[in-house]
Amino acid sequence: MEAGDALIMARVQFGLNIAFHILFPTITIGLAWILVYFRAQYARTGEAAWLATYKLWLKVFALTFAMGVVTGIVMSFQFGTNWPGYMNHVGNVAGPLLAFEVLTAFFLEATFLGVMLFGMNRVPGWMHLTSTVLVAVGTSLSAFWILALNSWMQTPAGYAYAIDGQIIAGDWWQVIFNPSFPYRFTHMMLASGLTAAFVVTGLSAWRLLKSAEDAAAFKTLRTGIVLAAFLAPLQILVGDMHGLNTLEHQPAKIAAIEAIWKTERGAPLVLFAIPNEAQKRNDFSIEIPKMASLLLKHDADAELKGLDAFAPDTAPVAPVFYSFRIMVGMGVLMLALSWFGAWKTKNRVLPSKWLLWAFAASTFSGWIATLAGWMVTEIGRQPWLVTGLLRTADAVGPVGEAKLGASLTGYVVTYGLMLVAYMVVMTHLAGKGDGHALLRQDTTQKVRG
Amino acid sequence: MTLDLPVIFAFLMGAAVLAYVVLDGYDLGVGMLMPAADEHEQSIMVASIGPFWDANETWLVLGVGLLLVAFPVAHGVILVALYLPVVAMLIGLMLRGVAFEFRIKAEGWHRELWNWLFWFGSFIASLAQGMMLGSYITGFGSGFGYFMFSLLVAGGLCGGYVLLGATWLILRTEGALQKKALDWTRWGLMWVALGVALVSVATPLASETVRDKWFDFPRTLELMLLPLASAAAWLWVWRLTGKLKKGEPAPEWGPFAGTVAIYVLAFLGLAYSLFPYVVMDRITIWEAAAHPSSLKVVLVGALIVLPFIIGYTVFSYRVFRGKTRDKLYE
Repeated sequence: MEAGDALIMARVQFGLNIAFHILFPTITIGLAWILVYFRAQYARTGEAAWLATYKLWLKVFALTFAMGVVTGIVMSFQFGTNWPGYMNHVGNVAGPLLAFEVLTAFFLEATFLGVMLFGMNRVPGWMHLTSTVLVAVGTSLSAFWILALNSWMQTPAGYAYAIDGQIIAGDWWQVIFNPSFPYRFTHMMLASGLTAAFVVTGLSAWRLLKSAEDAAAFKTLRTGIVLAAFLAPLQILVGDMHGLNTLEHQPAKIAAIEAIWKTERGAPLVLFAIPNEAQKRNDFSIEIPKMASLLLKHDADAELKGLDAFAPDTAPVAPVFYSFRIMVGMGVLMLALSWFGAWKTKNRVLPSKWLLWAFAASTFSGWIATLAGWMVTEIGRQPWLVTGLLRTADAVGPVGEAKLGASLTGYVVTYGLMLVAYMVVMTHLAGKGDGHALLRQDTTQKVRG
Repeated sequence: MTLDLPVIFAFLMGAAVLAYVVLDGYDLGVGMLMPAADEHEQSIMVASIGPFWDANETWLVLGVGLLLVAFPVAHGVILVALYLPVVAMLIGLMLRGVAFEFRIKAEGWHRELWNWLFWFGSFIASLAQGMMLGSYITGFGSGFGYFMFSLLVAGGLCGGYVLLGATWLILRTEGALQKKALDWTRWGLMWVALGVALVSVATPLASETVRDKWFDFPRTLELMLLPLASAAAWLWVWRLTGKLKKGEPAPEWGPFAGTVAIYVLAFLGLAYSLFPYVVMDRITIWEAAAHPSSLKVVLVGALIVLPFIIGYTVFSYRVFRGKTRDKLYE
């Protein structure tokens, strides 16, 4: 019993950290490329408005990036403090992937962010643009390596056993490009692009609500809307492909997502239900007959494996089932909002107040969708840490509940403080409408320079 | 000839940790010196480390990453044993890391709060690192005596970081702030001298292994080169700051370089005390090493990428060379 509680607490602590951490890279990976666009536009046109736009969003980026960096450092330590068994078992595969992330991505983005932030007057324009590109490359490379590792844990491939029984990499190419990696990586990159697009749109809408004449804010509003309108349908398509890939390689996760308790032919699509874990059935369910088989197998009478086929190695159904529906729901809302917005702003006219309010309210909608998606994929693979190779329970460390409780409290307080401060500064940056001030300042600088 | 991969990785990991201690050491030190400066000076102090702190902390991630890659067994043992100081350090690093961003954008008491958290985070992180080092040297011994020993090491390390921070400020600032930095350097030097003396006496008492290694005549005589060289570096820094205080010509990079030399020498001494253990008296680097196949792939990758990292780090220090005058975000 006691070991079980420590396991739960270790998972809560790690889950809290990783969930808090992912909020920030999700914005910065996409925003880094949006900044490249702003910076390139300034380089191309030399217009002060683009420079002001770049500088404002650079502040948002720097703030968000710092939040990601510091919470990421925590993660690198929690692998060892919370899951010592993880490295003992699969360290020969996981270690090098993490090392490559540090070597190829972290130093690159950290160093050139310094140049980006403080070097504008110290390096030539082309070097500053290059630094902006390198930071974007760094953030994407970081996503590449960490998703390679995460995907390998979901769908391990390319590994071998050494003479002494250790798990080692047999073929690095197969380890990195494991079956779920291309889908998961694309899905995450699109999620990041969408999240960043909604942050840009949302904060720009907020600024327009404060001052309708803010031309720079209208420009960025339109940039964000168009980007979101373009990425949202792509994301739905890729998400569907990712789901089919999961059905092939992690069918137990699909059974939990769709709350299919028993293997059956012509399985119905459960739109909504309250999964009943104790009785292994759905209460109050609303279903479309045969639809799950049709969607997943493209054949209305095909057999879908239920949770009973994988027992006892199944995930808790309710959190996976609900999270999936939240993710899909958010995706559809984001698609609808971005298309409607694109239509309403197509003649470069300021949309109505209520639409601006809708965009401002959905600034962080990408966070909800991303977190829900991560709950689906991470809870959905339980009880495995590395599918088929290592159980989560076998990786947990001997740290006692008292220590875990004390440190969890410390983390919760720190994260709470950081999140409140982050939100305050973000609304401050957006609401101050300092685009005008920046604009004036930069024009004068230009005249002088 | 076969490569002794665990030895190579012990060297790489040591180099990463040394780079971390020196690089993040100066910016943690600047953070700890915040309360001694006025508001305008604080802005310049933060600006002097603004472009660098993030990359500096990345060396810590590389250090713990190499521990994880190269010595996975030890990685778990060490981090579980150091659980609480690691958590304290992480919370400290988080608070100070985001304080860079928040303090600049805040006004009034919010700014005061983030200035305070910047100092507090720097101090907690430094203290926790010292506690970790103290506990690590003794093989995670538990009990009041070991705790006091760790506290002693932590005090010494905080002094060392303050010294690094102060000498960094001599190099990067001018005028009244530089004068203050010269005074801080003197205090830091005395603090470090006391800390090193106490730790040198206490370590052989706390660890039999260390005692046997250092009191092994005639090798002891050769080993005395390390403390002698450290003392020389210490005296050089003292003399240079004396000259600079009087306004006599002396290289402003000298105090920082001398302090780095003290760190390198202390680190060599530490490495000698520990080798070949990765967990003192319990696990050697060969016992803890990962499979050669995974070590080889990381080594090849590191040899390709590290020159680039060093190259653009040098580039960044060149871009931001000279005295810090402007505030952040001009």
